[in-house]
Amino acid sequence: MSDIEVIGAAAQDSGPLVRLEGLRVSFGRSVDDRRVVDGVSFELHRGRCLAIVGESGSGKSVTARTLVGLTGRRASLAVDRFEFAGRDVSRHGDRDWRKIRGRDIGFVSQDALVSLDQLRPVGKEIDEAARVHRVGGTKAERHARVVELLDQVGVPDPELKARQLPHELSGGQRQRALIASALALDPQLIIADEPTTALDVTVQAQVLELLEAARDRGKALIIISHDLAVVSRMADEVLVMRDGEVVERGVADEVFRNPQHEYTQRLLDAVPSAHSRGARLSPGEPSRISAVRAVPDPAVAPADPSVPLLEATGLVKSFRGPDRVVRTVVQDVSFALGVGETLGVVGESGSGKSTTARIALALETPDRGEVLLGGQPWSALSEKERRPRRNEISVIYQDPLSSFDPRWPVERIVEDSIGADVQGAAARRARVEELLDQVGLPRAFRRRRPLELSGGQRQRVAIARAIAPRPRVIVCDEPVSALDVSIQAQVLDLLGDLRDELGVSYLFISHDLGVVHHISDRVLVMSEGLAVEHGEADDVLLRPRHEYTKRLVAAVPRLRHEPVREARVA
Amino acid sequence: MSTANPSFDEAPGRSRGHRLSVARAYLRSVPIGVQLATVVLIVFLIAAIAPGLLQTHDAYRTDLLSGLKAPSGSHLFGTDQSGRDVFSRVVAGTRQSLQIGLGATGVALVIGLLLGVAAGLGGRWTDGTVSRFIDVLFSFPTLFLALLLVSIFGAGITTTIVAVGVGTSPGYARMVRGQFITVRRAGYVEAARAVGHTRSRIVRQHIFPNAIRPLVAIFTLGVGQSIAFASGLAYLGLGVAPPSPEWGALLDAGRQYVTEAWWLELMPGAAIVLFALSVTVVGRHVQERLEGNVKVEDA
Repeated sequence: MSDIEVIGAAAQDSGPLVRLEGLRVSFGRSVDDRRVVDGVSFELHRGRCLAIVGESGSGKSVTARTLVGLTGRRASLAVDRFEFAGRDVSRHGDRDWRKIRGRDIGFVSQDALVSLDQLRPVGKEIDEAARVHRVGGTKAERHARVVELLDQVGVPDPELKARQLPHELSGGQRQRALIASALALDPQLIIADEPTTALDVTVQAQVLELLEAARDRGKALIIISHDLAVVSRMADEVLVMRDGEVVERGVADEVFRNPQHEYTQRLLDAVPSAHSRGARLSPGEPSRISAVRAVPDPAVAPADPSVPLLEATGLVKSFRGPDRVVRTVVQDVSFALGVGETLGVVGESGSGKSTTARIALALETPDRGEVLLGGQPWSALSEKERRPRRNEISVIYQDPLSSFDPRWPVERIVEDSIGADVQGAAARRARVEELLDQVGLPRAFRRRRPLELSGGQRQRVAIARAIAPRPRVIVCDEPVSALDVSIQAQVLDLLGDLRDELGVSYLFISHDLGVVHHISDRVLVMSEGLAVEHGEADDVLLRPRHEYTKRLVAAVPRLRHEPVREARVA
Repeated sequence: MSTANPSFDEAPGRSRGHRLSVARAYLRSVPIGVQLATVVLIVFLIAAIAPGLLQTHDAYRTDLLSGLKAPSGSHLFGTDQSGRDVFSRVVAGTRQSLQIGLGATGVALVIGLLLGVAAGLGGRWTDGTVSRFIDVLFSFPTLFLALLLVSIFGAGITTTIVAVGVGTSPGYARMVRGQFITVRRAGYVEAARAVGHTRSRIVRQHIFPNAIRPLVAIFTLGVGQSIAFASGLAYLGLGVAPPSPEWGALLDAGRQYVTEAWWLELMPGAAIVLFALSVTVVGRHVQERLEGNVKVEDA
């Protein structure tokens, strides 16, 4: 791309590409109003990768957007020094930033489906930067370049895909198309805000390789992520942010091997993995379940341990799509779940794991095969016959908010799933309070509505609802994937405590191998509707035998240095 | 709707003084525009229930000597061609206009709900059949449907109510159907199935209230719209006939004098606009309260 003029061409090899000092951003009238970024400083050289990690609300995304002049109108911004390629950009307005964006700085945002124009072919989108900046020659040359870019980022059939609309591409292909558009003019700096968060692990691995390749070609890279493993693989330097402030900074290896700040330590501890099994992930006491549980649990009647609680044999399910094509989503899946056991189901999107969960819950009827609950027929029953036994199996969804009636306060949500065995308003109310205690929510939250709760609190309400009918099996469908690491740690700990105290079994569905390895006794790996591997968690995830499992396990980014865990016993 | 579900009763034994201060705190949280609109609605209500309290003159007494007088101290809204006090006539017309507005919207809602619920909750066949029927109704212009009914049954207040109601009902039906279909697919409906609730309980406890909620605002918007439609009918001479002071009839009557006596059109017109606006403002506010549009606080 020699025809692209770069700014500050002479000065470019000496100093850092980006120099930022004392960045302060706030939303509100003045800089002191509601500060979301408070004093972020760093320098970034070419061929280096800087990672900004933190949980939601830490200000990491606002920082990233500020670096491309997209802070937004309602934000006030103050900075001591802000240079890009040796030029002062601290006073740049919209128009100046438009000249830089796309040409000198490429920006990859998190959600490709939202970021790409739904009504425009993907190729046009990628060509946009070249068109706006009037580079890249004739239409035919630019088209050739688009196809070449799509090919480079590993989108199959680039000629065809360039002509297709975003919704005709898969999630991974869309994200790669977005990266292609950021790379289109070969910018010196690429900023990627959670570039792989919505992606399956194998696709994530490909996207990360792409970004690494750009860095190796001498481009500077800024990665914003909540995923410490992704960061540890990519970054040379790390900024750890919390509440708008940088709490720790340093060379990535150092930070991960020997974190100085207590918050960084906690974040690292919170990452579930093979090594964290049997240990708690969050600081603090185990929940007070045993102390609270005065009422004996009738549901945990001494069950025959030789009979599996939940048993599925040869499940098959197909759906007819809107295009009238019948797709088999689940083909021949069998599993058995024992008393007090956790069976993890892993697989990428479209592997059929959620459909399997819905069949286990009898919300979907299998085309073939059968599910037994407690040794008795379950999927074969009519809904009417099933209803009295529905209290034996309950569910926790990924998105608790949409599973709550928006009109209801917490107490009503929880109370609604308490069984008919608790009679009378006072008794039911006491049971609600007991359940809130068990999931670690203050009783005062009874009157709150779901919208007034944080993500972690909502998931606790969902858990309270799930344990309310005293079930023997809880189906957890991606219960922690929407949560920050430290909140995820708390929720996983809570699920572990409940299993130990109430003796429930979990059918635990997740795409996150670390989470599954942490919580599961046995693991079922699904791919394209098939159960490809099934066995003890350590066997399957540490010594995978099936090709697909091997690829899956290899694709998972890992912390380069497993944090040293104090010997804590759950 | 809560019969099946004993909800916990409110904290008992609050004093009267406490309740008053709660009321005052609530009032303070209501935007000033909503407060104003409420006052306006109360005035309209008084006009509808006891017009005598507001009227300055007899609405029907003619006084040919003082015809077509511009608004003044003695005639707030001026007088019409027969010397009748326009303000008193607007007040006198309030009851009929409100009857038409509320009645027609009620008729439209009932028809809309029946069709919409059948389509939204029924199976594929019911939905298909009812939806096609709604489409057919929709293909007639609203006013045309109304005109058709009036020409069959003759003009009058009851016909006006039914005609406007039927004319506007397909819009409601389609909205209701969409609502029910959306809510039926909601995550909390599946969650309730997983808990083991019966279908009728789920419909009663989740689907119905959630699907109906947005219709509160639609209803309030519809009241104003119905009055405007009825006025349109009256303006064409097919609504409530003069000398009735119904607002649409007033507009119709004033039409011949519009060049010399603007107040004959403006005053009743302003009443329609003001009423529709106030109902809408209050309706929106009520809807927001019902939907619990609360700020997310960090806890």
